[in-house]
Amino acid sequence: MSADKRVALFVTCLVDQVMPEIGVAAVRLLRAAGYEVCFPEDQTCCGQPFYNAGYRPEATRLAKRTVEIFEMYPAVVMPSGSCASMVRVEYPHVLAPWPGWQKRAQALAAKTFELGEFLFHRAGWRPPTTAGRRITYHDSCHMCRLLGLRREPRALLEAAGHTLVEMEEPDRCCGFGGLFSLKMPEVSNAMTEEKLEQAARTGAELLVTSDPGCLMQMRGLRRPHHPRVEHLAVALEESLTPRGGTP
Amino acid sequence: MSLTRDRFREQALKAAADPRLQAALEGATGRFRHARLDALAELPDADALRDHFKAIREATLARLDEHLTVFEQRATEAGAHVHWARDATEAAYTVLRIAHRHGASLAVKSKSMTAEEIHLNDVLEAAGVAPVETDLGEWIIQLANEPPSHIIGPAIHKTRQQVAELFSREAGRPLPPDDIPLLTSTARRLLREKFLAAGVGISGVNVAVAETGSVVLVTNEGNGRLVTSAPPVHVAIMGIEKIVPTWDDAAVWLALLARSATGQPMSVYTSVITGPARPDDPDGPREVHIVILDNGRSRALGTPFEELLQCIRCGACLNVCPVYREAGGHAYGNPYSGPIGAVVAPLLFGLCEFPALPEASSLCGACLDACPARIDIPRLLLEWRATAVEERLTPWYERLALRLAARVLAHRRLAEAISRAARLLQRPFAHNGSFHLPTSLDVARPRRLPALAERSFRELWRDELAG
Repeated sequence: MSADKRVALFVTCLVDQVMPEIGVAAVRLLRAAGYEVCFPEDQTCCGQPFYNAGYRPEATRLAKRTVEIFEMYPAVVMPSGSCASMVRVEYPHVLAPWPGWQKRAQALAAKTFELGEFLFHRAGWRPPTTAGRRITYHDSCHMCRLLGLRREPRALLEAAGHTLVEMEEPDRCCGFGGLFSLKMPEVSNAMTEEKLEQAARTGAELLVTSDPGCLMQMRGLRRPHHPRVEHLAVALEESLTPRGGTP
Repeated sequence: MSLTRDRFREQALKAAADPRLQAALEGATGRFRHARLDALAELPDADALRDHFKAIREATLARLDEHLTVFEQRATEAGAHVHWARDATEAAYTVLRIAHRHGASLAVKSKSMTAEEIHLNDVLEAAGVAPVETDLGEWIIQLANEPPSHIIGPAIHKTRQQVAELFSREAGRPLPPDDIPLLTSTARRLLREKFLAAGVGISGVNVAVAETGSVVLVTNEGNGRLVTSAPPVHVAIMGIEKIVPTWDDAAVWLALLARSATGQPMSVYTSVITGPARPDDPDGPREVHIVILDNGRSRALGTPFEELLQCIRCGACLNVCPVYREAGGHAYGNPYSGPIGAVVAPLLFGLCEFPALPEASSLCGACLDACPARIDIPRLLLEWRATAVEERLTPWYERLALRLAARVLAHRRLAEAISRAARLLQRPFAHNGSFHLPTSLDVARPRRLPALAERSFRELWRDELAG
């Protein structure tokens, strides 16, 4: 396979430790799109939780190490809009005091993609049309506001044959916000309840999002009358041939 | 008492548990939100106008001292008296001295967040000058003895039933909550007496225009016009940042203010006050005083927080904020609530007084999308959070935990070893993918926290996926 068909998967710590099935789905999708997937094993956390909590030296340390680990690859793909925005939008800010590092961060930012974005634009890939669920899509905050990605995940789901039904406020925050969900759990939970109720009112059977953080948050408060909550990668993976065979 | 995380949580919990309040918040913010979008859509290019406005605000603040000097000069030439106030106390006492000099025992007020900021009513009342709010919303919360819960709609947390009770008490007879015209006409009748009896009228300033030394006031009820013309003396209070050099700039300000705040193309009343009544004017105040307040604002100049001074107090960020919409305005513990309050209150009143406010956000960014001046509130929240960590205003155990975690995550093998150990240790608590803790430790309840997966992705990769 030629060098430009290689991608490094930055799977994110939450997927690695809590929801590995999202990573597995991402690998299968990228391979189905014709890419060779690399997994740099030194990767850990992008540093966003530290940055967002005000711990800048800690975030800087993790940002520098992430740049070192991933800068050698032609493209980096992340199954998280939020972590992708950290690398793409925030790293150049975090590393601004070190011009050399900032340059490297900018170079990495330019080739880092959220998974759905990569599949849709860079790979030009569309899933086979085999499914047909009613799906409502939750726009995760950083993905839609910082990366401007709203159309891409929806287009992929529709290409797979799903029907999209929109919530009143698809881009209203799910209440996660990283450590916010632990520092202010009452407000955070109330926000999640509102999100889940909006999703339930659409009558969708599946609530899909592109961020593991939102997924974890919404699953944590999901009750039987709410739609099942699933990651974009897992929802799209359904359209591929069953696991076990090589796609 | 400083606004700690626990106090914010208590207040927010109270708000969340009050279905009447939740309905009122959701209804009012929803109406504001939709009206704003419709009003901006009417403009040929709202985004370009916002960019233009941001440029005006940046340029004005870059030479703020010059514009204020010109304003003082022109306002003085027009016959107004300009007073400079370093802080809240100085501003409040300046107003009080003016009231006392004219022997006023009654002051009518037009809605002013700056007056709220300096607790003017408390100072006046303690010194024998009875302040009466004449904006309907402000009057409601004054009667209820509560602080405002929204920059534009101070009483949005009140239902019509509650308003009817308050007005009934004031009118001395029971008023039906469903007859809104009767409620408003009662307010009109009772307030009209106050306008005529007041010795001084006190207003805020929506924007001051340097080139003519004018102050502009917008209202929807006309009360601002009466406050500034019926009493013999008018005192206007403004923050140092509420200024533009020219009328062209003011036009952009006003166009965006009304659209962003209430979704109107223009507020119903726009009053321009340039000095006191001229000798041949049939009415108007004999004296006009303008109190220009710093109260911490100038500290922001030349820092990342300078951007905060671009705020025009339209309240658009409150209406889109998912935290404000659950917690309500009172949780913020100061007159400025919502996203802008979370970044402005630490500037005006000190971060150690309001350490919880920069944390009261999921950083969703909806506020930045809504701001007519495109103030990057999320980035300023991050600035305050970093300052709080540097100044050790966050709990020590949190600093310890996060610094330790960052160290671990910087060493992959150590992180993997800890992950393996944690997966063993969690076994007694993990069922069906969720983590079950004793209630006292279960901080997120009723939200279930996920358990660590039995095999991490990297283990799956090594064993099955790599190829």
